[in-house]
Amino acid sequence: MNADAYALPAGAAPPGRSERSPHEAATRGERVLDGEGWGSAAALALEHTWRDRPGLLGWLRTNDHKRIGLRFVVTAFVFFVAAGLLAAVMRAQLAFPDNPLVGPDLYNQLFTMHGTTMMFIFAVPVMQGMAVYLVPLMAGTRNTAFPRMTACAYWLYLLGALSLWIGFALNTGGDAGWFAYVPLAGPQYGIGKRTDVWNNLINLTEAMGLMVAVDLATVIFKMRAPGMSLRRMPLFLWASLVTSLMIIFAMPSVMLAANLAQFDRTFATHFFNPSEGGDVLIWQHLFWFFGHPEVYFIFIPALGFVSSIIPTFARRPMFGHDAVVLSLVATGFLAFGLWVHHMFATNLPELGKSFFTAMSYMIAIPTAVQIFCWIATLWTGRINLRTPLLYVLGFFAILVLGGLTGIMVGSVPFDLQAHDSYFVVAHLHYVLLGGAVFPLFGAFFYWFPKFTGRMMGERLGRWQFTLFFIGFNVAFFPMHILGLAGMPRRIYTYAAETGWGPLNLVATIGAVVIAVSILLFVINVVRSLAKGEAASADPWGAGTLEWATLSPPPAFNFVALPVVASREPLWAREADEPTHVRGLSAQTREGLVTTVLDARPDVRYSYPTPTIWPVVAAITVVGWLFWSAMTPSGMFYGLIPPAIAFIAWYWPTQKETAEQLLLERRP
Amino acid sequence: MNLRRIVSGPMRAGNDAQAKATRERQTTPGSTPAIRRGDALDVEHLPSYGFGTRSLMWWGTAGMSTIEGMGFALMIAVYFDLKSRSQMWPNEGTPPQLLWGTLNLVLALLSAVPSVFADDAAKDRDLARVRFWMIVFLVIGLGLLGVRWLEINALNVRWDASAYGSAVWVLFGLHTFNVLTNYADSVVVTAVMFKTPVDGKRYVDIAENAGYWWFIVLTWIPIYAVVYWGPRF
Repeated sequence: MNADAYALPAGAAPPGRSERSPHEAATRGERVLDGEGWGSAAALALEHTWRDRPGLLGWLRTNDHKRIGLRFVVTAFVFFVAAGLLAAVMRAQLAFPDNPLVGPDLYNQLFTMHGTTMMFIFAVPVMQGMAVYLVPLMAGTRNTAFPRMTACAYWLYLLGALSLWIGFALNTGGDAGWFAYVPLAGPQYGIGKRTDVWNNLINLTEAMGLMVAVDLATVIFKMRAPGMSLRRMPLFLWASLVTSLMIIFAMPSVMLAANLAQFDRTFATHFFNPSEGGDVLIWQHLFWFFGHPEVYFIFIPALGFVSSIIPTFARRPMFGHDAVVLSLVATGFLAFGLWVHHMFATNLPELGKSFFTAMSYMIAIPTAVQIFCWIATLWTGRINLRTPLLYVLGFFAILVLGGLTGIMVGSVPFDLQAHDSYFVVAHLHYVLLGGAVFPLFGAFFYWFPKFTGRMMGERLGRWQFTLFFIGFNVAFFPMHILGLAGMPRRIYTYAAETGWGPLNLVATIGAVVIAVSILLFVINVVRSLAKGEAASADPWGAGTLEWATLSPPPAFNFVALPVVASREPLWAREADEPTHVRGLSAQTREGLVTTVLDARPDVRYSYPTPTIWPVVAAITVVGWLFWSAMTPSGMFYGLIPPAIAFIAWYWPTQKETAEQLLLERRP
Repeated sequence: MNLRRIVSGPMRAGNDAQAKATRERQTTPGSTPAIRRGDALDVEHLPSYGFGTRSLMWWGTAGMSTIEGMGFALMIAVYFDLKSRSQMWPNEGTPPQLLWGTLNLVLALLSAVPSVFADDAAKDRDLARVRFWMIVFLVIGLGLLGVRWLEINALNVRWDASAYGSAVWVLFGLHTFNVLTNYADSVVVTAVMFKTPVDGKRYVDIAENAGYWWFIVLTWIPIYAVVYWGPRF
């Protein structure tokens, strides 16, 4: 083993497949421990131990965080395109006054499906998917803490998303807006099964979100590479940690709300029925207590992307690392004090509204601190202007514009004028696309070589960025003016006399440009997958651990777990520090648990093996939810299949117990 | 620990299982901390499992408890929001009968006792004691579930009668659902204890199951207060 245990030479080849089973070796009393280099017996054993079974069954059973993370990202992107196409239909409808293309009922479903898909099926899952892929690699471990749960979360998400879209295809898509206000979504006005399908989707995607959040928080707290103390933790891990903790505290709120709404619909409870003592406003409180932090579940991972991309392309460590960490944490806390600014148009006490205005302004402080740190990093670095950095620069411009309109709508008198107008539509797209989708594209370009082993096309990337940036502003900037001119959101058409026609046409042209840029992105991905330039382990010269292993990484991530002594372990190495871990079993899936603050090695950990039960559990849970949405008794009988699936999931096999006993040492 | 000696008393009297457990404990090799060997940090002899915050399961359980705790807290907030909007509370029906709910509070606190001893025994890797206390726990838990059934029949309001009825049923139901799932969970981890050989990780599961039971017991105190005393003030 040489000193550069994990800083592999560029283009190092993965070992071939071993024909000898490490389990056979184990039964003969041979023990193979990791900590050797590529091509060693340990590497061959790791390859054998960690590879998934081929074929459909292996595909369904896998709990490899890289495969699942990419599934999240690809699925989310497919739904991003689908929801984008719905937006294109809406833009086509609004391009001209009195356009007969789409009627009001379909239009209600269009904007509900667009918003719901973008927020619940694209934005949160894509960010969590990127984190599921990246967090274990950046932390220097071999899988997530609860890999079967990660797998189950993906299947819940996929089935939930499909159910919403199948409902839409059957004219049962949600139609009460992405925040489904009662009483419009209640039993009295929300007739048919449209809102029931929507409520189920909320339950499924939020269950997914919570499972992934617990999983990632555990990885970040307990599975970091030895030496990666909190002070040395990369900023993306901080961003993922803050996001995961926020999800744990915020998402129960919307799950509770969706269930109360569903009880009103299925069991005739009266939570939101004022005539029986219910309260419609409590829906808005519960929804936005989740809904505002949700913006930050999307935005904070994006800040993590930006803080990963900038140091690499400025070729220096992050300026003000500690200030950025504190800002991320502060954003996480402040985000819970903002929800009422979505409710300024309701009858709440004025003093309360003033408080939420102040809180809304305060959140500008940590965001500004980060922007100044990024600027300082770029200013003092040696800039390498590649596509990922272009997206970050675009993010600056658009996020700042969205922040400025945020200051406007954060003030109660202005908000009362702009409420439910296109001004809000413009603001939220500037914040969400600027704050999340621009960094996401940058991140995708940045980590594509790690995902696939190939570089993405730079020229097409620049074209895509340019078209996206122009198209975005052409599409959404006019909406500010339309909103100030009085155009309400969620109207399916307008009269020619309003004078809103020309600007709407401009916005539609912008939407077409965005569509072209997304098409270029798809072409670029397909072309790069087929014949992109081969990527080395660390093609951008970055400093964090995901670049220490092959591109794409082997199933076991690292041939020897790294030991780190600095924030950018690939850039700066202490001469007198150990470089890697040895002594984990290569014959079973073993990992390392470290202490929370200092990441000292503490306990060995046996990862759960792949099994089919997470998929079965997800299917049975979806069956339970739909059964209970259709008949009240399904609420009870429907629980039996998931109970069986979860017990089978847990039940230890003879082989697992035997392996565990073989490796056992008392604490 | 005196307490432990007292409660492990019934299991002591000429029990082969006890001796077997002690033997098993002694034959498992002990662990040593990570040591440096050249460029490598050798972790071969670290423990293969750990209790409390050393176990990943502890963190997973803590995360799930926080999620459910948030759900309970928000549901209590909904209850009081609805209460604050009503002239009369209950606005339909009468307050739930105190007897069964209060009895269940006592049973819940009582059930924590065998749970704590099972936890303790798991940390000692004492299979016989774990089995004994888990079965005691499951018996008390069964009583608790039975009383829950009586409670449901003594809530004195239907869920569809009014917002009050809805709030009481859902708050009560959320906690009952958690009791049921954790009871099922306890049955499964106990069953695994009868499937020998038992590896160290399974003792951690017993300990984490007991930790989660504390969450169920402690959350019942405020929920009991709201469900039973909320309509009386």
